[in-house]
Amino acid sequence: MLKLIVFSPLVGAALIGLGGRRWSERIIGTVGCATVGLSTVLAFYVFFARLLPLDPEHRLIFEPFYNWIASGRLHADFGFQLDPLSGVYILFVTFVGFWIHVFGVGYMHGDSGYYRFFAYMNLFMFMMLLLVLADNFLLMFVGWEGVGLCSYLLIGHYFTRQYAADAAKKAFIVNRIGDFGFALGIIFIFATFHTIRFAEVMARAAHMPTEALWTMGTLTAICLLLFVGATGKSAQIPLYVWLPDAMAGPTPVSALIHAATMVTAGVYMVARTSQMYTRSLTALFIVALVGGLTAFFAATIALGQDNIKKVLAYSTISQLGYMFMACGAGAFIAGIFHVVTHAFFKALLFLGAGSVIIALHHNEDMRQMGGLKKYMPITYKTFIIAWLAIAGVFPLAGFFSKDEILWRTANSAVLPPGWGRALWLLGVITAILTAIYMTRLVVMTFHGEERFRHGEAGSAAGHHGGPLSPQESPRTMTIPLIVLAVLSVVGGWLGIPEGFSAGTLPNWIEHFLHPAIATVSEGQTTMEPASQGSEIGLALGTLLLVVAALVWAYRFYQRQPLWQPPSVLVHKYWVDEAYDRLFVRPIRAISTVLLWQVFDVRIIDGAVNGTAALVRAGGRALRHIQTGAVRSYVVMIFLGALIVITYFMLAGR
Amino acid sequence: MVPMSWYLALGAVLFTIGAVSVIVKRDILSMLLAIELMLNSVNLTLVTFSSYFRELSGQILVFFVMVVAAAEAGVGLAIVVLLFRNRQTVDVDQASMLKL
Repeated sequence: MLKLIVFSPLVGAALIGLGGRRWSERIIGTVGCATVGLSTVLAFYVFFARLLPLDPEHRLIFEPFYNWIASGRLHADFGFQLDPLSGVYILFVTFVGFWIHVFGVGYMHGDSGYYRFFAYMNLFMFMMLLLVLADNFLLMFVGWEGVGLCSYLLIGHYFTRQYAADAAKKAFIVNRIGDFGFALGIIFIFATFHTIRFAEVMARAAHMPTEALWTMGTLTAICLLLFVGATGKSAQIPLYVWLPDAMAGPTPVSALIHAATMVTAGVYMVARTSQMYTRSLTALFIVALVGGLTAFFAATIALGQDNIKKVLAYSTISQLGYMFMACGAGAFIAGIFHVVTHAFFKALLFLGAGSVIIALHHNEDMRQMGGLKKYMPITYKTFIIAWLAIAGVFPLAGFFSKDEILWRTANSAVLPPGWGRALWLLGVITAILTAIYMTRLVVMTFHGEERFRHGEAGSAAGHHGGPLSPQESPRTMTIPLIVLAVLSVVGGWLGIPEGFSAGTLPNWIEHFLHPAIATVSEGQTTMEPASQGSEIGLALGTLLLVVAALVWAYRFYQRQPLWQPPSVLVHKYWVDEAYDRLFVRPIRAISTVLLWQVFDVRIIDGAVNGTAALVRAGGRALRHIQTGAVRSYVVMIFLGALIVITYFMLAGR
Repeated sequence: MVPMSWYLALGAVLFTIGAVSVIVKRDILSMLLAIELMLNSVNLTLVTFSSYFRELSGQILVFFVMVVAAAEAGVGLAIVVLLFRNRQTVDVDQASMLKL
């Protein structure tokens, strides 16, 4: 059953990839969505009919598949594992993925690479599901690399554009750097535990002692290496730079891969290995610190971007930072909760942006938008819901998950003293910034003056000539928006903290995930957990701040939508330029001068050509033996015989 | 009895004369004669040993060598005849068709 979930999109990818060039858009779209739809239905079935009925402490289904590697002690199989964590993931990955595919049917209409798009999207779904359902590190790594590959293929969809091709390469290469750390981590895991199956590794890790802060133990090393992989895949400092450029790909790609699914793979991995992380205080601290800093840092950059997708990209980086901050604080369940709610409203935001972009003929510059709410009511209304959800307004989804994260970080039992509060403060400030930049986006895009009427020259679109008259998108695009909007409203109700409802409403997601993920209650408490009363207080306080920020930002940007942000933010702190100077140019210089000219040309080519020259010279010299004269041959025979006889005479002694 | 070494010395001298002649002579017939000389010097050596050590096998081997020498002389002379018919010369240096 799990096999079907994983392989259904692969079949779709193969069919569309091989035959799609001759098929009509309708067939391609239908096949592409049907395979994912099948996975979705099966995922729900398996979750509710097979996983849920099991006893909460033993919700674990293994489905071994194919004996892949059996070499010495290394056994890596194609095998699947369904437990609460992967169960949650397959639900939202398939469901959101399905609706994004449907959206793509409308968005990519008329594109010459229509079949390529769906083939790669299906391939991506296959890889992502493989990643999530794998039962061992190596198979997960296959999926991990696979989603990176699909990201490359999809970002480079418009490969005739230099920028898109470059962005695709950048994404893949930066990801690869992280993957290097990940691979080292896996090797280390095998060396330590002699197995790479999750169940076995986690069981053995549970017996290991907790490694104190700033001591480099085995678990700390492993967790830090794995986290390097997570910074690459999930776009945290320092390997986040690929995500904003990845916006060169079609918007459904940005929604699916770079918002809802692929980038959450890092969080999945950290949660999967939570047994190890909870035993390494150093790793937890680093994760939380990087997460918190990234959240804040990216939020500041988002304030300075004029491209609607770039704002959302930095927003994604920022929200991912929250998720890692939660995990680092020991609140893995809160992090996963935010993964799920974020998938809903971020996908909605991206798809809404896609709707706008199509209406304005592929113009992504917010300075040339404005006043669209009149023309695109459905897009507008769903976007408003997403805006409020991401800002964290009660009772929408973002409120519950973000608040859970902030609350748990402030009361973290595993962070060094004072840091929990410090990161909490950073999180609150980031939430305020989130409210501000999202309001800016909404106001610049949908409200105020219709700046898109000011002449079309200079925009990336304008190939139709004549004035733009934006209209609402077709149903294939608006229906997914509505679905995601509904989820953005109710999705948060999965995890209402019990403090809020005074125990009447259970915190479903907490109870569900609890047995599958390590929590910090196992004897590592460094602080007393605070009482429930202050949880509501904290939530209300944050809510008030956020609403105040929303109102202020709304007024401000309505008056001055084109207010120029500080240059340092617009230029994203010049990080890309710094990386270019520090890494890209030296490597390129080394490659061209040293490796290519010296090594490749002189040494290797020299060796090969030299051997040939040597042989030729030898031949030229030896040629003279063949004189054609019989008498010289006689002499040679004679001399040869002489040498042999002399040898045997002397050797006898 | 004459010491064995005299016979062996004679054999060595004959062999050397034959060897040098093969190299130095220009006409094929002289080369063939020189080769026969070398073979016969070996025969002499074999007979000497056979006589002085009272071993019969030396003389048996001489018979072998003689037979081979005769056959080889026959073939060699046939080649000389053919060569002469084609080239009108017995000068071995003129038979350098294999030279590149």
